[in-house]
Amino acid sequence: MSVTGDRLQPTIFERGRPGRGGGKIPHPPKDALDRIPAEARRAVPAALPELNEPEVVRHYVNLSQLNYAVDTGFYPLGSCTMKFNPKLNEWAARLRGFAELHPLAPDEVAQGTLQLLWELELALAEISGMRAVSLQPAAGAQGELTGILMIRAHHRARGDGDRDEVLVPDSSHGTNPATASMAGYRTITIPSAADGGVDVEAFRTALGPRTAAVMITNPSTLGLFETRIGELIEAVHAAGALAYMDGANLNAILGRFKPGEAGFDVMHFNVHKTFSTPHGGGGPGAGPVGVGETLLPYLPSPRVLRDDDGSFRLERTGERPTSIGRLRSFVGNTGVLVRAYAYIRAHGGSGLREVSDDAVLAANYLKHRLAGTYDLPYDRACKHEFVASAATIKKGTGVRTLDIAKRLIDYGYHPPTIYFPLIVEEGMLIEPTETESVETLDAFADALIAIAAEATATPELVSGAPHSAPVRRLDEATAARQPNLRWRPMSGAETPCPD
Amino acid sequence: MPYGPHTADDRERMLAALGLTSVDQLFEDIPVALRASRLDLPEPEPELELAARLRGLASRNRTDLASFLGAGVYRHWSPPAVDQLLLRGEWYTAYTPYQPEISQGTLQSIYEYESLLAELVDLDVVSASHYDGAAATAEAALMTCRATRRERVLISRGVHPHYRGTTRTYFEGGLELDEIPLVADGEAAGTTDLAALERMLAEPDRPVAGVIAAQPDFLGLLEPMPEIARLAHEAGALFVAVIEPVSLAVLAPPGAYGADIAAGEGQPLGIAPQYGGPYLGILASTDALVRQIPGRLVGMTSDLDGRRAFVMTMRAREQDIRRDKAASNICTNQALLALAASIYLATIGPHGLRDVAAFGAARAAELEAALAAVGVNRLHSGPYLNEFVARVPDARAVHRRLLDAGVLAGLVLADAEPDDPSLADGLLVCATEVTTSAEIARFATALGAILGAPVAEVAR
Amino acid sequence: MVPTDLRYTKDHEWIRVDGDEATVGITAYAADQLGDIVFVELPAVGRSLEQSAAFGVVESVKAVSDLFAPVSGEVAATNEDLRANPELVNGDPYGAGWMLRVRLADADQVDELLDADAYDALIAAG
Repeated sequence: MSVTGDRLQPTIFERGRPGRGGGKIPHPPKDALDRIPAEARRAVPAALPELNEPEVVRHYVNLSQLNYAVDTGFYPLGSCTMKFNPKLNEWAARLRGFAELHPLAPDEVAQGTLQLLWELELALAEISGMRAVSLQPAAGAQGELTGILMIRAHHRARGDGDRDEVLVPDSSHGTNPATASMAGYRTITIPSAADGGVDVEAFRTALGPRTAAVMITNPSTLGLFETRIGELIEAVHAAGALAYMDGANLNAILGRFKPGEAGFDVMHFNVHKTFSTPHGGGGPGAGPVGVGETLLPYLPSPRVLRDDDGSFRLERTGERPTSIGRLRSFVGNTGVLVRAYAYIRAHGGSGLREVSDDAVLAANYLKHRLAGTYDLPYDRACKHEFVASAATIKKGTGVRTLDIAKRLIDYGYHPPTIYFPLIVEEGMLIEPTETESVETLDAFADALIAIAAEATATPELVSGAPHSAPVRRLDEATAARQPNLRWRPMSGAETPCPD
Repeated sequence: MPYGPHTADDRERMLAALGLTSVDQLFEDIPVALRASRLDLPEPEPELELAARLRGLASRNRTDLASFLGAGVYRHWSPPAVDQLLLRGEWYTAYTPYQPEISQGTLQSIYEYESLLAELVDLDVVSASHYDGAAATAEAALMTCRATRRERVLISRGVHPHYRGTTRTYFEGGLELDEIPLVADGEAAGTTDLAALERMLAEPDRPVAGVIAAQPDFLGLLEPMPEIARLAHEAGALFVAVIEPVSLAVLAPPGAYGADIAAGEGQPLGIAPQYGGPYLGILASTDALVRQIPGRLVGMTSDLDGRRAFVMTMRAREQDIRRDKAASNICTNQALLALAASIYLATIGPHGLRDVAAFGAARAAELEAALAAVGVNRLHSGPYLNEFVARVPDARAVHRRLLDAGVLAGLVLADAEPDDPSLADGLLVCATEVTTSAEIARFATALGAILGAPVAEVAR
Repeated sequence: MVPTDLRYTKDHEWIRVDGDEATVGITAYAADQLGDIVFVELPAVGRSLEQSAAFGVVESVKAVSDLFAPVSGEVAATNEDLRANPELVNGDPYGAGWMLRVRLADADQVDELLDADAYDALIAAG
């Protein structure tokens, strides 16, 4: 019995047969393409598979059954906030008025969406304590890039172009240093202190006239609130630099802490984390950014504006020359933002604060259940997530966090985030979120405790896991050494077709 | 709270286990001076009321117009099978497939997407997707710099202005982006100026890493892609083709004319317009450049028992491992949209896709004739597929009046390309298989009335 | 115990001198830390190397590491076998898994490097 379905499928190419399918589009006139010059025409047709609708449906329904999903079970993935994806939001995004609207339609025919975006900006500004918001970035990573580029524009405008360093804690998400590099900055890594916070002395030492920005996640990627955040931000500003907050962990502090009020100059939101928009197997998401007064002139364009008569419009090209420009086509991932809007309106201020209360309570409860069985490197109350370690288990039995993670699959769970942050040995970052019942939390804790016992009694059972998934551990080395990234009839025959 | 399961009893139980009496105690590590008190947001609404609110907002958009607007986002018939499959929770509520054993659905669907697009673009490797066509183009430009170790990229003004703008933003860190002008007059007007390109490639001490051009270009015209590829390669530069996927059913694909990299927008493959996204950034390259491709790649392998399986591969290039040395900071792909595009291609099929492209061409020709019958001609004379620029004096005002008549007459180019006076009287209009003859007639009749043209017989 | 006829860097490269040329690779310890190696990126023949500067990259399934030049010099040859068989670095790091041959610019630089005992002590310290 598998935690998911178990019917492996042939590829869509293997299912196809010449002559199948059709009936979706009427045939065009035979001379439709006569006016296209021969040299521009496609000579060899693309070898796309031909299938009829029933086969397509079976293919994708059966494939879907091989997936674990929030709709099937618990995902204790630290840093990902795998909360329930409300079905109202799917309905809302598909309303014809939202779904069929062309992004270049004149403002007067887009008033509904423009109003929604305007209200969403206001809501996110209130939630974060920021002065203004741009909904343009397509993902958190793009939001980060937006923030860093705005910071760069700010320094350049002040003639302070020599600043070429960005400070990033060693516990940070990989996107932070990658973003800094993309913007042409050098990353200076700051160590974490024993209590899990940023090492304030190392931080102060690294700050200087070459620092453009500091990127801090708060709560940190260890799920711990940065208690000296006020001091840190003060030091940043004293050095003439700006403070960026990675908002990935916002689910911990809704209604409790507003980054803008604490002095952060810019932050990004991950709406696919905090605001429930679905992960879709790896995307889409959206990564709006909020800014304080300092960076307001540099927001990406076009912004959503409201005229005196109450109507909404998009900023015109060239209307705000200080803008850093655009990070993407059109105005943003509006389809995703409609879902975030519905989520925020469904909760209101009190509901969102309750979200954080429950998320933090659930994480602390789960941490408490695992104490004594797993190492807990940080002996203080956590926020919405916490890091546990299997270092002692590994020393005693040889079983590693990777094995424990794979064995959880046999128990019906998606593993937590493993080996992140990098600073914890054999780490597991666990985030239950607020939408899991106490029964689920207890059952998950019981499973982890049972696996710890298995590590001593029957370690091969753990190190050979998973045993009951549709496939077992994969040969990732060969996949990387001899990449097969494209279906070709010959190469496909090497590994057997499941049918 | 609408979706949370915890009752007061549950919370009490958890607090008691922790030896606490109030959840506030778990927030004591927030310094008092920095504590927020409340969120000043509209009161929560039960679902019934919220649904009415959302419906009200949606109805304030007008989607009943006869639309001839393209400019990078195109209306196509998406078979209902696509969206109904996408609504399965196993697809849209799944996470990134970092645990391949329980993500074979997503992983195989991405591998199939990569393979389907590889067929369409006729290149070896397709990434698991990027945010949109603009991001894909910017990433392609960065790839050419990494691969050639040169710092200058030439991008045709025939590439979508949003893609150029995005690439410019990504290039703001020491790399150079120069725009290749378009030909001003004659048969090739509106396409990339090859003589200018040659001059730019020959500039001493300014070697070019990549040349980027679109097919069809933003103005709908067909570009001389093989010639541009040849010029780029002769100068030691790579050639990036920006493509529109439906057109590839009938137009020569990038692999056929020597492109090293292809980038483009996958929205036309069954994805709704949604006022800007989420969309689907297509990025593909030859095998030689596979290690330069940013973002996710899914490959085929086998498991311990020899079963065929799929896994994210070559991950060491990605941000979580490479960190500051990563090719890109990209973390998400657009998995659900890649799935939508795959299901669309599987459902429409190769003959269907060809019909979609050809039908659009036929309707566009019908549109051209109908507009000509009321005295409005194309601005350019070169060949086009399903989009072209109509020359309309006082285009912005005419566009407004046509809107009042229920016609969305394409894009006012004076707004999109304010720096190009030659486009000041231009409306960029397109047709697809969903455009009807009745809509075309409505457009032409209304336009004729506005311009005071004699009411000619508009072909049905 | 690592081979005694080699010298080592603190970044886990080894070097075997052979007249005015030397062979360079990474140690078994480094290969173990990285796991299954999937790709090795090496400089072009003829490129000049500067001691301690990065000259290439070694990639495994889960990690990636820069390669640092133990000495200054010119790249005389690179191990073409690693293209198709990067796993040679795991299997035979001091033999068939060699990475490049360098023409030494300054033979004295080799004496500054760690000997087998010093390198053993380094990895024992963790």
